[in-house]
Amino acid sequence: MAPFIRLNALTKRFGDVLAVDDLTLDIEKGELFCLLGASGCGKSTLLRMLAGFEQPSAGRIEIDGQNMAGVAPADRPVNIMFQNYALFPHMNVAGNIGYGLRRAGMRGQSLNGRIEALLKLVRLQGYEDRKPNQLSGGQRQRVALARALARQPKLLLLDEPLAALDKKLREDTQFELVDIQETLGTTFMVVTHDQEEAMTLAGRIGIMDKGRLVQVASPRHLYERPANIFVADFLGMISFVEGLITKAGKGSIEIDSVPPITAAIDTQNSKQSKLAVGDKVTLAIRPEKISLSATATGEINEIPVVVEDLAYLGVASNYRVKAANGQMFKLQQQQSRRTTQPLTWEEAGFIQFDPSDVIILEG
Amino acid sequence: MPQRHSILAKLAGRTGRRLVVLGPLLWLAVFFMLPLLETLQVSFSVAQRSIPPYAPLWGFDEGGFFTNFTLDNYGLLARYWQDYIGPAFNSIRLAFFSTLVCLLFAYPMAWWIARSTPKWRVFLLVMVMLPFWTSSLLRIYALIGLLNPNGFINGMLMWLGVIEAPIRMMQTDFSIYMGMVLTYLPLMILPLYAVMVRLDDDVIEAATDLGASGVQIFWTVIFPLTLPGVIAGCLLVFIPAVGEFVIPALLGGPDQLMMGKVLWTEFFRNRDWPVAAAIAMLLLAILTVPIIYARYQDGRVDDKHEKETGAR
Repeated sequence: MAPFIRLNALTKRFGDVLAVDDLTLDIEKGELFCLLGASGCGKSTLLRMLAGFEQPSAGRIEIDGQNMAGVAPADRPVNIMFQNYALFPHMNVAGNIGYGLRRAGMRGQSLNGRIEALLKLVRLQGYEDRKPNQLSGGQRQRVALARALARQPKLLLLDEPLAALDKKLREDTQFELVDIQETLGTTFMVVTHDQEEAMTLAGRIGIMDKGRLVQVASPRHLYERPANIFVADFLGMISFVEGLITKAGKGSIEIDSVPPITAAIDTQNSKQSKLAVGDKVTLAIRPEKISLSATATGEINEIPVVVEDLAYLGVASNYRVKAANGQMFKLQQQQSRRTTQPLTWEEAGFIQFDPSDVIILEG
Repeated sequence: MPQRHSILAKLAGRTGRRLVVLGPLLWLAVFFMLPLLETLQVSFSVAQRSIPPYAPLWGFDEGGFFTNFTLDNYGLLARYWQDYIGPAFNSIRLAFFSTLVCLLFAYPMAWWIARSTPKWRVFLLVMVMLPFWTSSLLRIYALIGLLNPNGFINGMLMWLGVIEAPIRMMQTDFSIYMGMVLTYLPLMILPLYAVMVRLDDDVIEAATDLGASGVQIFWTVIFPLTLPGVIAGCLLVFIPAVGEFVIPALLGGPDQLMMGKVLWTEFFRNRDWPVAAAIAMLLLAILTVPIIYARYQDGRVDDKHEKETGAR
């Protein structure tokens, strides 16, 4: 069966600028897909092309087997929830939610019934007579969601759905959004620059940079097995070590940094299996995979360091430590052992990390 | 002491702010309210041959306090209402249709300006304002030059062979409306532009996305959201247009008597200031009372909304 939404070699040019560059992507029915990228990476342009506000310069968009070329926004099985919600300020909640239904010719009892059902879905019963300026930010967001869902789109586009909410509210709202998506089974496509939003919402994330899709994978896979330096650096904190391979064994490689660092090879990955002595590689280690101790433990990948910087976060502390050759590492220590005195500024210690936690990136 | 210093600064700031408001307020009171009160007072006094041509409304003489208060002027208007209803109707009809034509012209123009790039907007707005900044008399005489039987338009058309004899354009409804629209169009465009430039593109896109056609978007979203500008523009044009004197006098024929002309006649020809003042006050009341009432109702609704949201 063909994928529900298929973007094929999609390109959008504004003058000389390539906003979306030869992008190919399949999305399954009922998926909650998230496009993640910095501002100006082309994600909004992609969203606008899906909604029909922009025409692609090349390539095609298919939704449920139907080619979208030349189909007006009003006729697409797609609705959009705008970043600033774009509610109609002169209409009350019921008027906003029912707007699309009324345009489709729905009237009377069936219209009221549908509005009632949507209000229930977003838990806004009793608010139908309020105007948007009489609602809180979270309530406005839910009205926008209900309005966008009213016409039962095959694809719902959400442009930074949580950006306008404060931090506390976002956490509740993002789980609510996932709940609604699961209840309805509608395909959602979220566009955001906020990686936390993407990680908590999406089943699959596509990372965009300069109009291209850099990597598409589950949040866990993206975080732990990034395909390249851009993705590794974009998602969360990470430390990079560059070097040449000095030993290439069956299950691991060693590079020429001081002291040498050993990294386990993912044998499933054909590229990594082919690495040979003399190849240049970049190794990456996530901060929470590195442990810090005051004394040497004799473990593999142990490096003497000095604490350069430390930030106390409550549940954990973030450290920046420096090895003898000037190499910096970022690491995170949980505040679990209360008895041990944690290292502080300018103190010497040792870091250790498991070879299997080292991410091997080419180049 | 820094604390006292800050309190002093605050006080100075407050009085400073008050002074800034007080100046214009005083100016308005002296030059706007006083003439209005003077007119109101004249409308209740008795006409007589003197300078000024009316008896003082009240004062003190040998007999003590006296007053010449009378409602006769309004009574006169009520008695001879048939003489006044015609010009009043003419004025209101002229103002109404001028406002309508201005609105029909200004709406698309304001929309176009508001949707232009910011650089073009400034240029286009200046183009709208430019005629407004020149003398209105000059503009009307220029218009006469264009519309005259031997003016530019007739000359052009005859030279091109489109017409044999000049078309009569001057001293017709056409010439009056030309003058009115030409004069009042900027007053309609500016408030419309002000609301349109603030209109969010996303709202229009949202309506498109929800399946609305162009016509539906206009009537369900754009028009309701620009309605405050429409109302403001219509008031700005309609109210002065009712009392307009110069344009009908210069461009119109002698057959159509307007309210402005009636006022002028009462003041200067008949030298009956009290009756003229009564006409002016009555006109003012008819025009402003409905508006003030509407604003008052609006304010009450807004207050109610605010209380509701505040209570939550």
